[in-house]
Amino acid sequence: MTATGIGAPVRRKEDQRFVTGQGRYVDDFNRPGQAFAYFLRSPHAHAAIRSIDTGPATIMPGVVAVLTGDNLAADGIGGLICGWMIHSKDGSPMKAGPHPALAQGKVRYVGDHVAVVIAETLAQAKDAAEAIVVDYEVLPAIVDTAEAAKASVQVHDVAPDNTVFNWHLGNREETEAAFARARHVTRIDLVNNRLVPNPIEPRAALGEYDPGTDTYTLYTTSQNPHVARLVLSAFIGVAPEHKLRVIAPDVGGGFGSKIFIYAEETVCVWAAKKVRRPVKWTSDRSEAFLADAHGRDHVTHAEMATDENGRIIGLRVHTTANLGAYLSTFASSVPTYLYAPLLSGQYDIPAIYCEVDAVYTNTAPVDAYRGAGRPEATFVVERLVEKTARELGQDPAEFRRRNYITQFPHQTPVIMTYDTGDYAASLDKALDLADYRNFQQRKQESARRGKLRGIGFSSYIEACGIAPSQAVGSLGAGVGLWESAEVRVNPTGSVEVLTGSHSHGQGHETTFAQLVSDRLGIPIDQVSIVHGDTDKVQFGMGTYGSRSGAVGMSAIAKALDKVIAKGKKVAAHVLEASEGDIEFKDGKFGVAGTDKALGFGEVALQAYIAHKFSGQDLEPGLKEGAFYDPTNFTFPAGVHICEVEIDPDTGVTRIDRWTAVDDFGVIINPMIVEGQVHGGIAQGVGQALLEGAVYDQGGQLVTASFNDYCMPRAIDLPSFQVGMTVTPCPSNPLGIKGCGEAGAIAAPPAVINAITDALGHEDIAMPATPQAVWRAAQKARMPMAAE
Amino acid sequence: MTTVSLTVNGQSVTADVDPRTLLVQFLRENLRLTGTHVGCDTSQCGACVVHLNGQAVKACTILAVQADASVVTTIEGIAEGGELHPMQSAFREHHGLQCGYCTPGMIMSAIDIVNRKGSDLDEQTIRAELEGNLCRCTGYHNIVKAVAAGARAMARAPLQQAAE
Ligand code: FES
Ligand code: FES
Repeated sequence: MTATGIGAPVRRKEDQRFVTGQGRYVDDFNRPGQAFAYFLRSPHAHAAIRSIDTGPATIMPGVVAVLTGDNLAADGIGGLICGWMIHSKDGSPMKAGPHPALAQGKVRYVGDHVAVVIAETLAQAKDAAEAIVVDYEVLPAIVDTAEAAKASVQVHDVAPDNTVFNWHLGNREETEAAFARARHVTRIDLVNNRLVPNPIEPRAALGEYDPGTDTYTLYTTSQNPHVARLVLSAFIGVAPEHKLRVIAPDVGGGFGSKIFIYAEETVCVWAAKKVRRPVKWTSDRSEAFLADAHGRDHVTHAEMATDENGRIIGLRVHTTANLGAYLSTFASSVPTYLYAPLLSGQYDIPAIYCEVDAVYTNTAPVDAYRGAGRPEATFVVERLVEKTARELGQDPAEFRRRNYITQFPHQTPVIMTYDTGDYAASLDKALDLADYRNFQQRKQESARRGKLRGIGFSSYIEACGIAPSQAVGSLGAGVGLWESAEVRVNPTGSVEVLTGSHSHGQGHETTFAQLVSDRLGIPIDQVSIVHGDTDKVQFGMGTYGSRSGAVGMSAIAKALDKVIAKGKKVAAHVLEASEGDIEFKDGKFGVAGTDKALGFGEVALQAYIAHKFSGQDLEPGLKEGAFYDPTNFTFPAGVHICEVEIDPDTGVTRIDRWTAVDDFGVIINPMIVEGQVHGGIAQGVGQALLEGAVYDQGGQLVTASFNDYCMPRAIDLPSFQVGMTVTPCPSNPLGIKGCGEAGAIAAPPAVINAITDALGHEDIAMPATPQAVWRAAQKARMPMAAE
Repeated sequence: MTTVSLTVNGQSVTADVDPRTLLVQFLRENLRLTGTHVGCDTSQCGACVVHLNGQAVKACTILAVQADASVVTTIEGIAEGGELHPMQSAFREHHGLQCGYCTPGMIMSAIDIVNRKGSDLDEQTIRAELEGNLCRCTGYHNIVKAVAAGARAMARAPLQQAAE
C-alpha cells in the first residue's frame, strides 16, 4: 500500500474548498438577468381546485410571470414519473395516478404545487404569491397508512381503495408448511416511522435557456444529473436530451432525497424558456419538510417460525407501505424489490413469504431514504430474531450464530444469491469490542444507580452495488443500473477521470483519485475527478444504493485497464519491442527482462505527439471510456451492538456504547468509510430515538420545522467504536461491497433491541422518545398503572 | 432602502439594503460571500454562523441593519495569508466534514467555543456546546475530534487566534 493508494486514509482533496467557504452549491450560482421562483403550495391535504385567479398577482411589483398547471398542459409538458413498474399478485400493473408538476384540478397533500410566481426578487415573488386567489373545494383527507385501503376518501381516480399494488414475493405454500410444523412461532407488529431526509443543504434549481442555440441548462441539487436529464427530456418533455445540460455541482448531502426528479426543477427549466430569463428556486426548510420525498412509513405484521433445535424455519411478513399522494421517481421499488429480498437477513431461512400492499394517502410522496427498503427489512428481521431468542430463552448472540448462513454462495428464497461473507467473524469481533462478557456486571452497576441498562444486537445485511441491469429490468426497472467512466490522460501525464457517479459528501475526488494513483503509479495530485455535469461526463446513473465504489469505481478500473493496454501499444512502438513483452509496473512501461522503460508521462506524451508510430497502425491519443454493469448485487453485512442506559424517572435513553463491525469488502479509504458508518448510525439512531414525521388527521404536517422534528444533535450521540472484517466481493474487479447505508440500516433495531432489553418488555415504538420510554418504563414497573 | 456600513473580513463595506434583509442574505447576495450557508428558517441549524464583534451569531437571525457599524468575520476571513486557521486544518485532518454544507458554521462555532471555554475541551463539553449546529452527514464523531484537536492547535498558535 502506498501513502495515497488503495487502503490509505488519505485526507480529502475536496476539503480545502469546503473548509474555506469556497464550495459551490447550487444556490451559490447566479446567472445574469436571473429571476426568482416561488411556489404557491396547497394549504389543504386534499381539495379540488375550482379556479385559480392569478390576475391580482401578475400586477404586483416585480412580477415577471405567474404560471399554473394550465400553462404546463398547454405547453404539452408531461407529468412526473415513477420509473419502476410493479405488478400486483394478480398480474395487473401498479395504479399510477397523474402527477403534474403544477396541480391540475386537484391538490393531494399539504405542500402540493399550485402555481409558481417568477419575479425580480424572491421577496417580490413571495408577496405576489399571497395575491393569487385559489378557490378550493376542500375534501376529506386520509393520512393513516393502515387505514388508507379502507377509507372512503379516494386520492386518485385510478386507484380504488387507494391501493397502488398488492405485491408479494417468496413461496406461500412452503412458508405455510413451515409454520404448520413449527415448534415455536414469534409474532410482532411494527411501525417503521416516517422520516424526513433533511440534508442540511435544501434542494435548489436554476434553469436557463439560450435562444441563440436553443439549449437549456439546469443547475440542480441532484445525486444523478444524467438521470435527471433523461427523465426531464424523455418523459416529462421539458427539453430535448441533446439540448439540455444538467449540472449538479457541490451538493450538500442527499441521502436519497436528491435522486428524484421533482416539480421544481421541471418548472425552472420550462419557465426559463417561457420568460426568457434564468429562473432560480431555492427551497427553504419549511418547503423541504413539506415537499421533499419522505422515507419509510411501513406498518408490518411479521411472524417467525422456529423448530425444536432453535433453528429458524420460516418467516412471513405482511407490510402496508405508504407511498404518499403521488408515486415519486423510484417509490414503487422501495417497499418491494429493495425490501423483501433482504428478509432473509444473515440467516439460513428455508421458507419466506412476504406481501406488500402499497397505498396512496394525502401526504408527501415517500421514496428512497438512506437504505431504502433495507432498513425496513432489517428492522423486521432483527426485531423478530431478538424477540424469538428471548422467547426461547436463548442468548441473542448465540441464537443468531446458530442460524447464520455459513456456506457461500447462498441462494435465499427471496431472489438474492449472497456471494460471500463471514458473519460469525463479525459477531465475534463485535462481542469482543463491546465487552459483551461483562455486560451483566455493567447492568448490575446501573441498577445500583436506579438505571435500566440494556444491550441490543443487529446483524444486518444489505444488497448494494445497485445493480445488474438485466436483473433489475426483469423486476420492473425502467433503466439500466451500470456506471460509466472516462479516463483522459493528458499529454503532460496528468489524468482526468470523468465519472457518472456523483459525490455529495462521499469524497469521490479523493477515493477515485486513490484508485487512479494506485493503478497508474502517478501522484494523487496529478489526478482530478470530474463529475456532475452532463456536458462533460459521457453518461452516468449517479450515486445511491452504495453503488459508487462497487459500480462507479469498477467502471473507472475498467477504463484504466484500457488505458494501460493502449499505453503498452504506444510503449512497444517507442521502445521498439513487441507489445507482448511490455509490462506495466510501478508507473513504468518496461520491456520484460531488460532495464528499458518509459515513465507513464513519457508514454502519454508519445501517444499524443505520435511521432514514433503510424497513425494508421495505432490511433494517437490516450483516452478510454468504459461502461461497467455489475454481475450481482454486493452484500455488505455486519453486526452492530448498542448498549443503552435508561433513566426510568425521566425516560431519557443514553447510548452508552456503540460497537459496529462491518464487512464492506475491500476498502479504498478507511477514514472515509468510517465516516460513512458514523453518519449512517446517526441517522439510524435518529429514527430510533428522535425523528418522526407526524401528520394530523386533517393532513397537516405538524413536524414541519427543526423546532418540531427532532434531528440528532451532537449531544444525542456517543462516539462510535468501529471495526472491520473483510471478505472481498467476488463479483467486481475491486472487491468492494459498499458502505454508505450500512449504519442507517443496522442502527434502528440495535437501539430498539437494547431498549426492550432494558425495559424487559417489547412494547415500544420508534421514535422511542423520553415520553414513550418513560411510559414504557412505568408499565414495566407497574403493569396496571400506566394502562 | 437603508444604508449599512460594516467591516467584513477586514474590509469596510457600505451598501443600501431593503430593511428586511438578513445579515446572511447581505453576506451571500450583496458581498457574494457564499461560504456562509442557509440550512433552515427557524434558527436551528447553525449553517449560517459568523462572528459579529468576535462572538458567534446565526446570521439568519439578525438583520443586516442590526450589524451596522459592526465587525463581521465569515469563514472566508479566518485563514491567514494562505494558511488555514488551525480549526480549518483540524476539520480536514480529522475528517470532520463530508458534504461540507454545515462546515463553515461548524468551524465558526468551534472557534467561538474555544474563545469562550478555552482550548482544553472534553468530549461532553464539545457535544453540549455544538447544540446549535446540525450536521446530517458525519454523525458528529469526527467533528467532536476535530474541535478538540483544533482547540489544542489554537492554543499553540496564539498569533493566529489574536488575528481572529
Ligand atoms: S440558517 Fe439555520 S440557523 Fe441560520
Ligand atoms: S458535512 Fe454534510 S451536513 Fe455536515
